[in-house]
Amino acid sequence: MATEVTFPRDETTRAEAATHEWLSRTWATPQGLIGWLSEVDHKIVGRRSLITAVAFFALGGLLALTMRVQLAKPDNNLIGPDLYNQLFSMHGSTMMFLFAVPVMQALGVYLVPLMVGTRAIAFPRLNAFAFWVYLFGGVMLYVAFALNIGPDTGWFSYVPLSGPQYSSGKRVDFWAQMITFTELSSLAIAVSTICTIFKQRAPGMSLQKMPLFVWALLVTNFMVCFAMPAVMIASTYLLLDRSIATQFFNPAEGGDPLLWQHLFWFFGHPEVYIIFIPGLGIVSAITATFSGRPVVAYPLMVLSLLATGFLAFGLWVHHMFATGLPRLGDSFYTAASAMIALPSGIQIFCWIATMWEGRIRFTTPMLFVIGFVVVFVLGGLTGVMLASVPMDLQVHDTYFVVAHFHYVLIGGAVFPLLGGFYYWFPKMTGRLLSERLGKWNFWLFFIGFNVTFFPMHILGLEGMPRRVYTYSAQLGWGSMNLLATTGAFVLAIGVLLFLVNVARSLRSGQRAAANPWGASGLEWATDSPPPNYNFAHIPVAETSEPLWDHPHELPVAHGLRLDRRELLLTSVGEASPDLREPSADPSIWPFLAALAATFLFILSIFTPWGLYIGAVPVAITLIGWFWPRPGESIEREG
Amino acid sequence: MQPKFVLDLGDLPDHGFGTRSLTWWGTVGMFAIESTTLAIGAAAYLYLMGQEPHWPPVAKNPDLSVSTTVTLLLLLSVIPNVWLEKRAEKYDLPAVRIGMVLMSLIGAVLVVLRLYEFSHLNVRWDSNAYGSAVWGLLGLHTAHLVTDLVDTVVLAILLFTRHGNHARRFVDSAENAMYWNFVVIAWLPVYAIIYLLPRWL
Repeated sequence: MATEVTFPRDETTRAEAATHEWLSRTWATPQGLIGWLSEVDHKIVGRRSLITAVAFFALGGLLALTMRVQLAKPDNNLIGPDLYNQLFSMHGSTMMFLFAVPVMQALGVYLVPLMVGTRAIAFPRLNAFAFWVYLFGGVMLYVAFALNIGPDTGWFSYVPLSGPQYSSGKRVDFWAQMITFTELSSLAIAVSTICTIFKQRAPGMSLQKMPLFVWALLVTNFMVCFAMPAVMIASTYLLLDRSIATQFFNPAEGGDPLLWQHLFWFFGHPEVYIIFIPGLGIVSAITATFSGRPVVAYPLMVLSLLATGFLAFGLWVHHMFATGLPRLGDSFYTAASAMIALPSGIQIFCWIATMWEGRIRFTTPMLFVIGFVVVFVLGGLTGVMLASVPMDLQVHDTYFVVAHFHYVLIGGAVFPLLGGFYYWFPKMTGRLLSERLGKWNFWLFFIGFNVTFFPMHILGLEGMPRRVYTYSAQLGWGSMNLLATTGAFVLAIGVLLFLVNVARSLRSGQRAAANPWGASGLEWATDSPPPNYNFAHIPVAETSEPLWDHPHELPVAHGLRLDRRELLLTSVGEASPDLREPSADPSIWPFLAALAATFLFILSIFTPWGLYIGAVPVAITLIGWFWPRPGESIEREG
Repeated sequence: MQPKFVLDLGDLPDHGFGTRSLTWWGTVGMFAIESTTLAIGAAAYLYLMGQEPHWPPVAKNPDLSVSTTVTLLLLLSVIPNVWLEKRAEKYDLPAVRIGMVLMSLIGAVLVVLRLYEFSHLNVRWDSNAYGSAVWGLLGLHTAHLVTDLVDTVVLAILLFTRHGNHARRFVDSAENAMYWNFVVIAWLPVYAIIYLLPRWL
């Protein structure tokens, strides 16, 4: 039967088809190996980063399981102290530097351009470069570990232990250089993400209409800019102390080991918030969708995110209460640390109010959000306890602290992240994850987590120190440790189920429509998975919940060029349309530049001349990167 | 979902200077990162200073001669630099070419002077923590100086090729000039900390 088609309708359809065809050609994914290495699409780069981060999460988890097996019974001699030192150092460094920060930034790389309604991330080549640097840095650390030169001085690598006197060999150098890799990567992504948020928002998406997830990523990436330089300086100075005999941390020559702690924690404390603020963004997105209404008190939510970002920089000294600082300093940092409970509390109450006011759908993402609220509040409460100096001095360096930060970090970041994976997986792949497996995944993870880490509070109060490879039977810590180890296996099965769910759903999961959850954000306005160019027409954000307010017809703009990669730039505050700027085409140079940087970093572990020798290929590849090629989008006259 | 066309972007220009440009914001992001790096380097210096009864803990202060020459030259270089920035915004290719060559030469002279400056610090990086902190701080600023020099030279060469007369090159030149201003401004507190502070104490 012939379909009845009216003339104007046909005209529109044909014009639409032509638009899609042009855009597909202009924004095409490059082919072949060179093409694969030249990829600059934020979705593909983001996906690669997410997969890499999850792989490191799994590796870090296996290291943790090995430690739990060792600690399962007293006087165990499965693993000796030297390997145990490497295990906890690798575990901490992996989870903080190779998993938590990269995974959150990667989620931003994938989602932020879609959420703000643009076709590409700002500086796509820089973003691709950041991924390669991160990958190479992580691989370097694991190769070193496999060769028995893995770091063994803990994730914060305190001097003098990590200094030239007490740590000969190259273990600490590999650790310090891994920092350089990951922080370089992180900073590059921060600049890309901030510029995308500031300049590429859909017309009409003023700052006060921006999704809370985007706000969270904005705050996080700003924090990266101001926190990461401290650890880069610290690790560089440490390398220099070890390689060319500078004296930064050597008290015999006027240096000071406490300088290391200040530099490290000036980064290290904000780091914690860098990890969990994106988690707060995820929670807001999921809560709104599954409560069927916008998050209550949007301005308060935004102000809380900003307040958390600012306060995070005034807390670092609470990691150093045991170092004998002046009393006044102690009181100040106690007050500041307790203050962070205010913005966190405000947000928790806003989410509860949102759920209260809405109609909750208990999907897997929502379960993870509820799990987050429970676990994070418990972690927050022990945080308030630790902010008090007398308490901190009692439990410093015990398992109480280990319990606290796992509650905060897994609670604040991993629960939301897993929820986020369930929530955005259909957008990324076009298929839904299984809800049945998802619920098993959640309950095993939730129960396993609490069984693992709750006993550690008690162990800590009983005086069990962190970072010991074994303990004697007379101390009576055996049963609690065995319980924690049992929990760790349940937790691991939970994670395994997640991976199984992903593998199965990729092959045979239920197909997802553009907006499978009935959400309101712009990322759901385009296909699942989105085409290379994200949006055939740039959406116009007339309201803050575009898809709820316009369920059938999306207001859009036209007029961007189809024959070259072009983006709409808008003003920072109001997002009024301003320019049509070209966006960079795929290029192999970011990959080559990352290789050159890797060469420089690794060489300078072995010789101080590495910096000068390595600078040559870095300069060459950077010039290659920026040298214009005719026919590139960026070179075509408008 | 059906699109409803409500806005036409076809008439928007394809490049702009200052806050309108994306790379301008990227450059400002770099300033945020690099200023923090320098501030942390300075904080490390001041922290170590607080641990010592006498500062500097060596016989001689760092020499003022070379460093002050560098400082004056840096300050004077702002004049041609700002002129270059203004000419770039007017798409004046011959002037921008002259300006970029001039700035490359100034940058090269400054890098040479800077190397000389290191030998007039009157302390080695490995003598004591003071020496390490001074070399560290001066090294951080030097990294910016060298990076900007390479940047400027490459862009200057580019301007003489067939890629030169292109709107983007003018935006690039203006932003490169902005970066140089940052290098100059960032130098002033570093100069004050390394050279003046020990004399005032």
